[in-house]
Amino acid sequence: MIKKIITLFLILIPINSYALIEVDITRGNLDPLPVAVSPLSIDEKSRKSFEKALNKKNIGEEISTIVENNLSTSGLFNPLSKEAFLQAPDIANLKPRFEDWNLIKAQALITGKVNYVDDKLRVEFRLWDVLAAKEMMALAFTTVPSNWRRVGHIISDKVYERLTGEKGYFDTRIIYVAEEGPKTQRIKKLSIMDQDGFNNKFLTLGNELVLTPRFNPTSQMVTYLSYFKNLPRVYLLDIETGTQEVVGDFPGMTFAPRFSPDGKKIIMSFAKDGKSDIYTMDLENRIVDRITNHPSIDTSPSYSPDGKYITFNSDRSGYQQIYIMKSDGSDVKRISFGNGLYGTPVWSPRGDLIAFTKLHKGKFYIGVMRTDGKGERLLTENYYQEAPSWSPNGRVLIFYRETKTNDKGEGFTAKLWSIDLTGYNERQIKTPTDASDPSWSSLLSN
Amino acid sequence: MILSKIFKNTLIVLTACLVLSACATKKEIATDVKGSMQGDVYTGTDTIEYLAEGVPDRVFFATNESILTTASRETLRAQAAWMRKNSNINVVLEGHADERGTREYNLALGERRANAAKDYLMTYGISSDRITVLSYGKERPVDSGSNPLSWSKNRRSVTVKAN
Repeated sequence: MIKKIITLFLILIPINSYALIEVDITRGNLDPLPVAVSPLSIDEKSRKSFEKALNKKNIGEEISTIVENNLSTSGLFNPLSKEAFLQAPDIANLKPRFEDWNLIKAQALITGKVNYVDDKLRVEFRLWDVLAAKEMMALAFTTVPSNWRRVGHIISDKVYERLTGEKGYFDTRIIYVAEEGPKTQRIKKLSIMDQDGFNNKFLTLGNELVLTPRFNPTSQMVTYLSYFKNLPRVYLLDIETGTQEVVGDFPGMTFAPRFSPDGKKIIMSFAKDGKSDIYTMDLENRIVDRITNHPSIDTSPSYSPDGKYITFNSDRSGYQQIYIMKSDGSDVKRISFGNGLYGTPVWSPRGDLIAFTKLHKGKFYIGVMRTDGKGERLLTENYYQEAPSWSPNGRVLIFYRETKTNDKGEGFTAKLWSIDLTGYNERQIKTPTDASDPSWSSLLSN
Repeated sequence: MILSKIFKNTLIVLTACLVLSACATKKEIATDVKGSMQGDVYTGTDTIEYLAEGVPDRVFFATNESILTTASRETLRAQAAWMRKNSNINVVLEGHADERGTREYNLALGERRANAAKDYLMTYGISSDRITVLSYGKERPVDSGSNPLSWSKNRRSVTVKAN
């Protein structure tokens, strides 16, 4: 459905094969690439049509602002102030005067045009290498006008991909738990928003406690824990239709759900008689398989991207540690051996790393380790933070952070934060209410 | 030579001081008036409600533990006696964890704590079909403070009348 909305109608010019500007995303980028995002040009007739349809005065400028913000928050690019631009947007899109852009120290330039055609929004954009005086990419596509924010995200993704060599993560959404009220009686609702915090929508009313929502691979379904009728069980929600159904209706609590990488199964914990084990349920035939069988707590399971392995959290050694096993439950191996407790392991979409939460000497850390447990790197330290979720390209982690209360027990907040895998570029993501348990969708337009 | 001997003696004296002062701080915690802890298990009374006279509704746990303390066992024996006397009453055991742990692990830990209480009630003659276990993990603290005493009140299993 979502995929159908955006149709890439024609590619104007194939992507050039010679290497021009490149951005290295493997290290902390302290010197972001100066880029000029020229506002998308628009003729007066189209401008008026969009103003009527979307109540936006200049949709071309609005879309380029989205691109600027995305590039800037990635930490890899430094969008230059528009006030310094010498060339008008429409002329720049035809043929940039590279000397002018060079003068303001832009290394890359994005230009484009937006038209109102048959009640649709048609956009074309180009990416230019200013120093080499060459066009790097040109694309055009058509969509419904109400998708205008996604148009900005798709342009950002294409630019990011062309300049870094890796897929972007801007045309994505975050599902999370919106929180309100006093700490002792929090009201929690499922909520969904664009990656940049826009288009927030509450999916539940807050009548029952909901926790830990996670997307399926196509980002159309969500699995989560709900305390509906005071029975904590794993549920499935179709975002398009709003249909909810219980999937973990076992005689005890089911929790910590996640999808398998093919989307066909849900893996979750089932707690009974003081022990928690890991189970899978096939969504098609509802067949339940037991994966672990141990008197300890086994929870927070997460599949490797190829579906062959599972990483999970267990206290079978006495305390919370991270383990991996084959997806049938065999070959269980502990991989975390550092000081402290380890929880919430999540396999990266690239397959090479596991992100986790670590508790050591009263501090909480978000970190990553290789799948053999070696190469542990702690990215951020705080009073309380947990539950990392990977961006679809495996370059950014989103998690939530809670604050310490004062002597009177006041001042509690919970917010979403993101940090690059490099340990740089830590940012708070704005949400209308307090927020926790974020889960990042896949790239929607790919 | 002599100098080193003096040093050695000073060191012994210093160590003795350290040991003493450590004892002093421990005592201070134990005699905290408002609510006290033993180890890090809550032993105070200020969150406790009563199911009946002399029958406290909750038991407390050490960090990451689900072991019942002597005081907890005493509370649960009183609850079992009360349930035997009132054979029509069923209960929900609500297990909780403090905020210093990951959400999913805490859900499992709350379940384990409530089950520790359930098992004990059963050994004192209460049938398992009168007991439902419900874990809230760290979702429903009684005390919103961010300090060891507040956390100790939140690590609990509360027996709630279900009917």
